[in-house]
Amino acid sequence: MPTVYVTYTPKNNGKPPENLISAQAGKETLQLVPVEIGSDKLNCIQAAQRAGVFIPHYCWHPALTVVASCRMCLVEVGERKPDGSIAMTGKLVPGCQTPVKDGTVVVTNSQKVVHEQAQTLESLLLNHPLDCPVCDKAGECLLQDYTYEFGRATSRMIDLKNTPANKPDLGPNIALFTDRCIMCSRCVRFTREIAGTAELQIINRGNHSEIDIFPGEPLDNKLATNVVDLCPVGALCSKDFLYKHRVWNLKTQNSVCPDCSTGCSIHLDGNKNIVYRLRPRENPQAQGYFMCDEGRLGYHYINSKERFLRPLRRQDGKLTPFSYDEAIRTVRQMLKDAVAKDAFGVVVVLSPFLTCEEAFLLAKYAKSLSKAVQLALGPVPIVGEDDTYPKDRRGRPIQPVKFTIRAEKCPNRQGVERILRHYQGQLIAFDEVVRQAEAGKLQLLYLAASYPPRGDGWLTAEQAATLGKVGQVILHDLYPSRASEIAHVVIPGGAFAEKDGTFVNHAGLAQAIHWAITPTGECRTEGQVVLDLMQRPGLLHAATLRKELASEVKAFAALASGDLGEYGILLDSTK
Amino acid sequence: MAEFEPVLLRRILKNASPSLEAYRADGGYRALDKALAMSPADVTKAVVDSKLRGRGGAGFPCGVKWTFLPKDHPGPIYLCVNADESEPCTFNNRILMHQDPHQVLEGMIIASYAIRAQVAYLYIRYEYGDATRAMQQAIDEAYAAGLLGKNILGKQGFDLDVYIHRGAGAYICGEETGLIESLEGKRAWPRIKPPFPAVEGAFRKPTIVNNIETLACVTHILDRGPEWFKSMGTPADPANPRDAGSYGPKLYCISGHVNKPCCVELPLGVTARELIDKHGGGVWKGRKAKAIVPGGISMGFLTADEIDTKLDFGSLGPFTKNGCLGLGTAAVTVIDEETSMVDVLYNICRFFEHESCGQCTPCREGTGWMLKIVDRIRKGLGRAEDLNILEEVGHQIGIMPGTTICGLADGAGWPVKQAIRKFRAEFESYIKSGKKTHTLQLVAAH
Ligand SMILES: Cc1cc2nc3c(=O)[nH]c(=O)nc-3n(C[C@H](O)[C@H](O)[C@H](O)COP(=O)(O)O)c2cc1C
Ligand code: SF4
Ligand code: SF4
Ligand code: SF4
Ligand code: FES
Repeated sequence: MPTVYVTYTPKNNGKPPENLISAQAGKETLQLVPVEIGSDKLNCIQAAQRAGVFIPHYCWHPALTVVASCRMCLVEVGERKPDGSIAMTGKLVPGCQTPVKDGTVVVTNSQKVVHEQAQTLESLLLNHPLDCPVCDKAGECLLQDYTYEFGRATSRMIDLKNTPANKPDLGPNIALFTDRCIMCSRCVRFTREIAGTAELQIINRGNHSEIDIFPGEPLDNKLATNVVDLCPVGALCSKDFLYKHRVWNLKTQNSVCPDCSTGCSIHLDGNKNIVYRLRPRENPQAQGYFMCDEGRLGYHYINSKERFLRPLRRQDGKLTPFSYDEAIRTVRQMLKDAVAKDAFGVVVVLSPFLTCEEAFLLAKYAKSLSKAVQLALGPVPIVGEDDTYPKDRRGRPIQPVKFTIRAEKCPNRQGVERILRHYQGQLIAFDEVVRQAEAGKLQLLYLAASYPPRGDGWLTAEQAATLGKVGQVILHDLYPSRASEIAHVVIPGGAFAEKDGTFVNHAGLAQAIHWAITPTGECRTEGQVVLDLMQRPGLLHAATLRKELASEVKAFAALASGDLGEYGILLDSTK
Repeated sequence: MAEFEPVLLRRILKNASPSLEAYRADGGYRALDKALAMSPADVTKAVVDSKLRGRGGAGFPCGVKWTFLPKDHPGPIYLCVNADESEPCTFNNRILMHQDPHQVLEGMIIASYAIRAQVAYLYIRYEYGDATRAMQQAIDEAYAAGLLGKNILGKQGFDLDVYIHRGAGAYICGEETGLIESLEGKRAWPRIKPPFPAVEGAFRKPTIVNNIETLACVTHILDRGPEWFKSMGTPADPANPRDAGSYGPKLYCISGHVNKPCCVELPLGVTARELIDKHGGGVWKGRKAKAIVPGGISMGFLTADEIDTKLDFGSLGPFTKNGCLGLGTAAVTVIDEETSMVDVLYNICRFFEHESCGQCTPCREGTGWMLKIVDRIRKGLGRAEDLNILEEVGHQIGIMPGTTICGLADGAGWPVKQAIRKFRAEFESYIKSGKKTHTLQLVAAH
């Protein structure tokens, strides 16, 4: 088995790994962690990572080409001979550019390496403003972090720093704090290699180099804000987040972007019940490393003041608030009465924004009232066509595709459909529901909607007019809309950031979402509402429900452990 | 010693020397005839045997570099001719191109034949308008005479097109991979190696980059044979297996504080003293030399005591006593005893700060910092510890320690390190004296 050896640096009260070996490199004795690499093509940074050793790096990023220019990752390499002795090359090499093979020894802690790491950091700080107190990146800044861990406490430079002008309008969503830039060129490579739009470039030379755009060609593409995450320092900032919150006060949850069926894994950063930003979370099974700006910046509705805060019922034509407990009792009774009268005339509509657990509970509950109750799929928002990147400067897609923003603007059609197929046998589309309403066949409509406010709303005016003819309409939703205009009872719904559960993306990847904030006011997530309708005690616990779902619905059998892990689980492709 | 008969400069300043007709009359393109009668591998072998080392600065054995091309590559393979000549005080490529362009072109055609290139790019720095025009004229004449184009000189299947590409005035475009990037229309950011250009160069195809003077030598090696070439210069030291020797003629540029700045051709291995006194007319104004730049400012300094150092590949180098970076371009610049080394270093630092491409942290920031420190010392605000910082930074940046992508950083650090090591007392007394020198600030053109 090909094995690479990485030097071990004792950490404060950390236990050395058990497989540690000692080997002689000339006069020096090295403590090495062996790590098997199989047939993988790795550089020193990646190999060391597998051995649990961190090599600091700036310019290298697994999704971008290697430029080996920041020189933060310098290491020494050698080769372990069959007799166990080690021959070092005696030169510093960039770990990012240096591939490992069987027998490679990566030295990350020699005097030379340690000195050079400190030197690179001192260099990077020479012209750096160190305005950490007002810098958005402070707290998650790799210049701070590395300087703390690998750098010197003081700078020896007493000369004036370069002070290039800031570029607050690099793009509609992005500001450049020019002097904080460490010239890693990640942002430039991103726009060239992933977005393809190539807005960014480096102008000037030497220590006067700056990131810039061509006049009149702002950094404006659908993936643009990824450069903010890629930027290791506070040079590129998202205007959406700028000066809104100190990052160390944010609490981060792993979740999934609900804005299209790509289902980008994300970090959800919030505090005190407010979501402040979404960031892509690396997931090789989902989108890779990035997310689109639409998804990233599309969360503001969660914090909106327009949201329904209390259950409402229609009295004298007007929606008036009533208590949650009363709402649950009322809805339960309405359903019971309607089913008793004509169960075929009861339709429960599940939107593709529900989690699998919610859809499961609701389907199960509806069918427990009567097998005849119909389950249908809510409208699936489709906008345009799948949009792939990179693109060339004229906007034409380029192969190979590195990122796709999908036309299907919802996170969980795949999951909800699987549940509908199981409980209903066939898939009843929303148009069919409208037809039945038109034909006067429906007496109660239960709309579990909770669509985010996009475009013209999720119901067309005609659909709303037709559905308005149904005697009783019960609605879960976030906002006043055409749907609430025809509803008799409105129970506020939950947004994705308030939910624990599962979304299944376009490829059948089941990923976990976690709540970062709690629903405001008297809102409850749809899942909780259904639990209360079912009179199942307690709060929604996604893992428990997932196990239940896996055991009852074959399509979800792969989720039997209840744990989806960081990257999710691919359901088998039979839908 | 008998007077040396110039080889490369033998036709310079003769009547009509740039024209094809005159070149042919002087035996021009005879070497090409000979080469075309040989196989490409034999031509390469002749160059390998001659032990010709690259004249562009690094001194890499030319023929050996050609053998690094992948065997049986389907092509295209490119030849890039490096005429960026931006090392300060270096001007021999210019003379060759301007005065005897066919000598250069013949070398290019022979090299292309040897390496099986069908396209050669001639990358000329923007400032060399006259040389560019002379080369273009020669290329046009060569096409008309069947020396370029298809089936050259009737040799079936030997095609070659030559294109001139003009740079836009950056030192870094002389670094071979910077040159290639620039040729491809990009910013001249040197590439990381491997892959080396011989494996993946211009347009990601195998590419050989050679200097103008190197190729001019190739012409004569083919004409007169490797043994003749090896009869000149400093032979390899048999005690040192790593010494590849310094054979053949070399164009030495002499400038600075001498009475007669000039370019002379001599066998490799002449001493700095001979160059200055015999060919440069001695140090001007009756003064003595304080420091001598042996081969372009990237190479560091020889002190007055080291004036008898031979200027060849083996006698200059990091592991020699003088500790210079190498022979470089063999551009000798004399600094007289009245000149302040603080000023000299300031000027050098200004050059490299301006020319660093800015890609690697140590070079980008190091060149800027060194300039700021030297500038401050100059203005009378120096501290003793500044000299240590300068020496440390100068020692730390470059491909030799492994901290950068290209050799510009070595060349930027070397003169700083050597100035401090060799002239420390002068810097110290300048700092102590409280002297202030102010320069009119040039409008910084970044
Ligand atoms: C910063 C830098 C500048 C250089 N400038 C030149 C130049 O102007 N002309 C040149 O021939 N070689 C220059 N070189 C050397 C080239 O990289 C390369 O080694 C050379 O062109 C190879 O040709 P040769 O083997 O014939 O010498 C430079 C190297 C560096 C690192
Ligand atoms: S980029 Fe980092 S080091 Fe620089 S000011 Fe911001 S937080 Fe501080
Ligand atoms: S702006 Fe940020 S990402 Fe771009 S080069 Fe500078 S430090 Fe790197
Ligand atoms: S060493 Fe200097 S000039 Fe060379 S690539 Fe690095 S930054 Fe550019
Ligand atoms: S991460 Fe390796 S040089 Fe930047």
